[in-house]
Formats: sequence, structure tokens, C-alpha cells
Amino acid sequence: MDKKSVFAESFALDNAAKDIVEIRRRIKYESELDKSFKDKIAKSAHGEKLYGCIQCGTCSAACPVSHYMDYTPRKIIQMVREGFKEEVLTSSTVWLCASCYACTVECPKGIKITDVMYALKRESILGNYYPKKSPASILANNFFNQVLNNGRNSEGPLLVKMYLKTNPFMLLKNMALGFKLWMRGRISLKTERIKDKRSLKRLLQSVEDNSINKAKINSPALKEASAV
Amino acid sequence: MKYIYYPGCSLKSTGKLYEESLLAVFDALGIEYEELNDWNCCGATAYMAVDEKKAFVLAARNLALAEQQMKDEKEVNIVAPCSACYMILLKTQKYLEDNPEDMAVIKAALKESGLEYNAKAKVRHPIDVLINDLGEKEISKRITKPLKGIRVASYYGCQTVRPYSTFDDQRNPVAMDNLFKAAGAEVVDWSMKTRCCGASLTGTIQEVALPLSYIILHEAKKRRADVVTTACSLCQFNLECYQTNIDKKFKTDTKIDVIYFTQLLGLALGIEPKKLGMNRLFSQPEDLYRIMEGGKPVYV
Repeated sequence: MDKKSVFAESFALDNAAKDIVEIRRRIKYESELDKSFKDKIAKSAHGEKLYGCIQCGTCSAACPVSHYMDYTPRKIIQMVREGFKEEVLTSSTVWLCASCYACTVECPKGIKITDVMYALKRESILGNYYPKKSPASILANNFFNQVLNNGRNSEGPLLVKMYLKTNPFMLLKNMALGFKLWMRGRISLKTERIKDKRSLKRLLQSVEDNSINKAKINSPALKEASAV
Repeated sequence: MKYIYYPGCSLKSTGKLYEESLLAVFDALGIEYEELNDWNCCGATAYMAVDEKKAFVLAARNLALAEQQMKDEKEVNIVAPCSACYMILLKTQKYLEDNPEDMAVIKAALKESGLEYNAKAKVRHPIDVLINDLGEKEISKRITKPLKGIRVASYYGCQTVRPYSTFDDQRNPVAMDNLFKAAGAEVVDWSMKTRCCGASLTGTIQEVALPLSYIILHEAKKRRADVVTTACSLCQFNLECYQTNIDKKFKTDTKIDVIYFTQLLGLALGIEPKKLGMNRLFSQPEDLYRIMEGGKPVYV
């Protein structure tokens, strides 16, 4: 049987067999890869050093949460370079990174891996890839909006809002802890604000308008934030 | 020399005891400070994940405000006790230095709102100030209640020394250990000094965060530490307030006192516990008080 007929046969499979094909298709065709992805990430993670990764795996070894990730930091870097955009941006890795900078300090090629993760988080929000129910991305979004509007972060309202949006059950579960903190004057539901909110907003807007690498805002979360 | 004190959001809420104890220690040691007027969020971790440039602007505004407030001084030193604030302020300085184009944009925007940033401000961590500006000798002279017999496990957390700090080693920092040696304590040599505590994951993805805190607490107990001292409000919160959750999950006993390094130092300087915000802890460090009064520690 020549190559052509194998392909013809596999496309004529019934539904049950399609699943298998689906699984095999985790390896993409080269034409489906986003070859410009790596340049975009390298640019916003400040460094061309991303291209010099030798795949030694020191980052994955240094990472305290790599064993919970669907792709380890080493794999993520290679996938970014190959152009597996969707897989990378929908992965749990990006939102599990706690920014402890262990990988950045250890990398023998000087890649700022934590900044790569930040760049991926931003791409994932901008392109609307982020998991809508994942507390980590919701927290980042809420935090962003709160600081944009008030200049400061208020921990109490931030957490309540996050749990309401993601998993209200967690709010009940953490009620006892919240009460304990409140009793000791360590948390309140008051919103903290700076005095000169207007000038801060103007400042942020002016930088946004004058930036050379202006990022396009597609994400509804960001639009909502900048509209207020 | 006068320092600009930049509290950051968490030192006004969950880390209130950090603020109280830090300022009490500064007062006791005669370190002059002034709180930064109308400071804003530093643009830390979660903000960076949404918009990097805006995060840098937020940090730059604080730096510019500090320079404005200390106009007449030669040096501008900002003390940022929260690790995330400390790291992000340093990161912003480094980034703007390396990217003159962005620096120009941000400078112009600051000028519009009547501020000026000349990259004059120096970002300092309180440990750095105590060890390098005041010195161990000076501190040991002021100790009135030496921490004799207390085994201290200094926990620095990640962002205090990584990746931009200049005052200590990134893998095995010793500044806090030296501080407590000067105060007469016995320091525990352990490998968890800069391991991640789980950070904000305790609020978001607990299944991942609790094991991280557990490893640190377990190791501290194994090394027979009497107290774990931290220099970051999120670390202290995670390690102290989640102890019951951790014990439930791992069916162990990780009960150990986790306090701020400024609180322990304050006790050694003879400051009243209430002034150090000890009343805000979840449980009082009874063992610590007992050893300080000459009692023997009990190891289980």
C-alpha cells in the first residue's frame, strides 16, 4: 500500500475511529503552527535569549510547581519556539506560575523565564484564551481593574469578588478564616483609594497613547476596565 | 539620613503587624522615616500578568513621588518592606534603564502630571537597611533582651532576594541570619530559605499551594526551629493562617510560630509585644516568650 492510500483510508473512518485520529492529531501539521508566535513572546519578555534555549530542563527542575503543570517550563519554551500557540495559551502552566523567579535565576542561558510566563499570561488574556473559571486569571483581571480605578488594591473586596465569580462555595469555606482575620484587624471590606485618582488615570492613559509598541486590546475584560 | 517608607497595599491590611513592628523597630533604633505621600499600588505580580507597561508606570509614579518628596536631599532611599513591592520597584528601574524609549514615554507622561523621575531613588529592603546602614555591631549594642537559646529559621521567601536584589545571595541568603545572630539567637541552617510558599495560589488553586507551605513548615519543625521569621506579608499569611488547613490535609502537626523578622527583633530590643502587633497573630508565641524568660524549649 502506498502512502496516498493510507491517508485516503484514514479519512474515511467512522465516528468511533475519529477519536483516535483526534488523539493522534495532538501533533500538528507544520502549516498549522504559528511561526510568528515566538517573536512576539521574545519581544514582550524582553529578550532574544528565548531563541538560545538549550532544552536542558534546569527551569523545570528548579520550578516548585512544575509537577502540577500540563507542560513543564522547558516544554513550554520549546512549544513557544515551534509555534504551538493555542496549546501554550490554554495550558495550566501559565496560570500555575507563582512568579518565584527560581527558573530565571538558574537558567544557564539567561532566559527570563518568569517574564516569558508573564508575556504568555498577557497573550492569553488579550487573545481571550484564558480559562474563564480559573481563579488565577480572574484574580489577575480583578486586581488590574481595582488598581486602575482606585490606585490601590483592597484585599477583602478583591477576594470576595473573585470567589463570587469562580466558586461561591470557596467563599463559604474561607468564611472562618476571613472572620479570624477581621477580628484581628487584618482584613476589611473597605475599598482603599488614593487621593489623586484622576492624575493617575491620566498618567496611565497618556502612556498608553504614546507607547511605541501599542498593544491591541481585544479582551472584553480589558475593554471593560478601560471603559470605566 | 531620612528614608522614604513605601508601605504598599498589604502592609495596610493583612500585613498590618509587619508595618507596626517595622516602624516600632525603626523608632527604637533611631532610624528616621517618612511615609510616601499618596502612594499607589506598586503594580505587582497580578498586575504584570495583564498589562506590563501600566505596571511599570505605576511603579515609576511611586519612584517619582519619592524623589519629589525628598527634593532637598542628596540621596533618596525608599524602604519597601513587602517583597513584591521591593522586587517590582527594582525591576522597573532595571527595565527603564535598559529601554530608553519606554523611559522617555513614561518620563513625558509623568511630567504632564507634574512629576519628575531622574532615576535617583534607591530601592531598599528593611533587612538591607538594618544590616548595611546600621550594622550588626550597632544592633547588638541595642539588644536588651537577647534571644538566647531560641532557634530561628529565617525564611526569606522568593522575591526578597530574587532576581534583582543586590544585598544578599540569591540561593543561600544570610543577612537575616546575621541579624538574629547579632541579637543572640541560634540560627537554623536549612535549605528552604528561598523556596516558594505558594504565594497567591493559596487563594486561587489551593491544591497546589498548600503542599508548598507544608514542605517549608515541616522542614522547619524537623530542624527543631522554635520560630520561623518571614520578610514578606504573603509568606507570613500563608505559613501562619493556613496551618490548620495544612494539618487537616496532610494529617500532621505543623504547629510552629511564624512571625515577621521585625517582630522578633523588636522583642529582642525590648519593645512591648502589643506595639509589635503580636496581638494580631492567630496564636501567641508562648514558647518563644517562655524561652526568652529563661525556660527550656520542649521538642516533641
